[in-house]
Amino acid sequence: MAAGFGTATNRPLYNRGPAAGLRFTVYAILAVTLMYFDQRQQWSAQLRYLLQAAVYPLQVAVSSPVTAWRWLTSSTADRTTLRAENQQLLARQRELELVLMRMQGLEQENQELRGLHAALPPLVKKWQLAEVINVETTPLRQRLIVNKGSRDGIFENQAVVDAHGILGQTVHVGPWTAEIILITDPEHALPVQIVRNQLRSIAVGSGNPDEVLLPYVATNSDVKSGDVLVSSGLGGVFPAGYPVATVIGVSRETNQLLAQVRAAPLAQVERVREVMLIEFDPAHPAAPVLPSAAVVPPVAPAAPTAPVTKPPAEAPQ
Amino acid sequence: MSGRGESFLLLALTALIGIVASVIPLPYWLAVLRPAFVVLVVLYWSTMAPQAGGIALAFCCGLILDVLSGAPLGEHALALALVSYLAIKLHLLVRAKPIFEQSLFVFAALMVYETMLWLIDGWSGHPLTTPLRWLRALTGGLLWPVVVGFLGRFHSPR
Repeated sequence: MAAGFGTATNRPLYNRGPAAGLRFTVYAILAVTLMYFDQRQQWSAQLRYLLQAAVYPLQVAVSSPVTAWRWLTSSTADRTTLRAENQQLLARQRELELVLMRMQGLEQENQELRGLHAALPPLVKKWQLAEVINVETTPLRQRLIVNKGSRDGIFENQAVVDAHGILGQTVHVGPWTAEIILITDPEHALPVQIVRNQLRSIAVGSGNPDEVLLPYVATNSDVKSGDVLVSSGLGGVFPAGYPVATVIGVSRETNQLLAQVRAAPLAQVERVREVMLIEFDPAHPAAPVLPSAAVVPPVAPAAPTAPVTKPPAEAPQ
Repeated sequence: MSGRGESFLLLALTALIGIVASVIPLPYWLAVLRPAFVVLVVLYWSTMAPQAGGIALAFCCGLILDVLSGAPLGEHALALALVSYLAIKLHLLVRAKPIFEQSLFVFAALMVYETMLWLIDGWSGHPLTTPLRWLRALTGGLLWPVVVGFLGRFHSPR
């Protein structure tokens, strides 16, 4: 294999400067044009969609060793382990059924208290399970790639959760894959609320998969370690009341206006293997306000429509 | 001419290995240190086989990286093409140096690459940055002898 391409390419006797310069110029112009259109225009979204389809085999190939290993371990698991797992799951299911019974009672009570005569539609209209096929956790980017795309009905800015809390939202959707920006990505901001006292703030990603930050909390505000943060329903992507993070550290300096609050995400950002992509029923009062001012979450409090003011009442406790 | 075609296949294959190595999921602390493998591969071919189409390879790989990483289309493509161009311009100079001096050149090229990405990030509305992003230029430079040892098996430079 190594024989065919020796001499001609490897022995440049002189530097082909002008040709290289020309080629570089052409490619540079092409790249700059692409960047310009990617920032300003819409058609490059289609190009990206096509390219995303083109790199799909690569993404599958990269994730295949992990997938194969999982398949191997699950298919060679012995009877006793499976039985034990089954027992555990059954126990868990009974527990959840109990919680659910109570929940339904509460929901009905809530409806009566609010004078609603017709039953509300369920908040979650549709959800889909997707497998994580790639994880990127660097200080600048915290993303997941999952194996569902627009062919499965996934759309941009769709809420993504795991069994413990909010994970993030979809950003780029290809035909068979979707990229999810995690709540720990430094470019992600999520409107949250402290369960204990309904204090609203914004959770911004820190670039570290174990942490989100609350940069806009006043020094004298009532926040302490152990507080649970839930989504506040502002911002138009997540409905109110979904668990987000637990506060793990508050540092206050008296000469500063803002306290430094750190919180640990409840979703298992680094270990998650399967995620749920949720579509909400817009008819439900707790559903997120549809994207009018949704692109930049911090601006959202300006939206004065009725559903915005209701979510606090809808939030548990 | 047939020799060149085959060589381009080799280039594409090694670049593919580089791309796979740069998207394989790693734990956080390792991901910070992960060198830009694609740049190393492109640098290798641009210095060792400057006529084999390094800039085209760089552009294509960059576009794939853009899609894989959700960056503005053309960002990595431009940075990689620039690095490849510089390497082709300087290939005679770099190739004459011992391997550790080459590492220094590679480090410089990787810094150029990171600076390009940093600038384009800033211009395209992603101004967030962290000092940690420069770390991988260092690990990339340190890894250069390994890259040369590995890719040198597939052809005979010089």
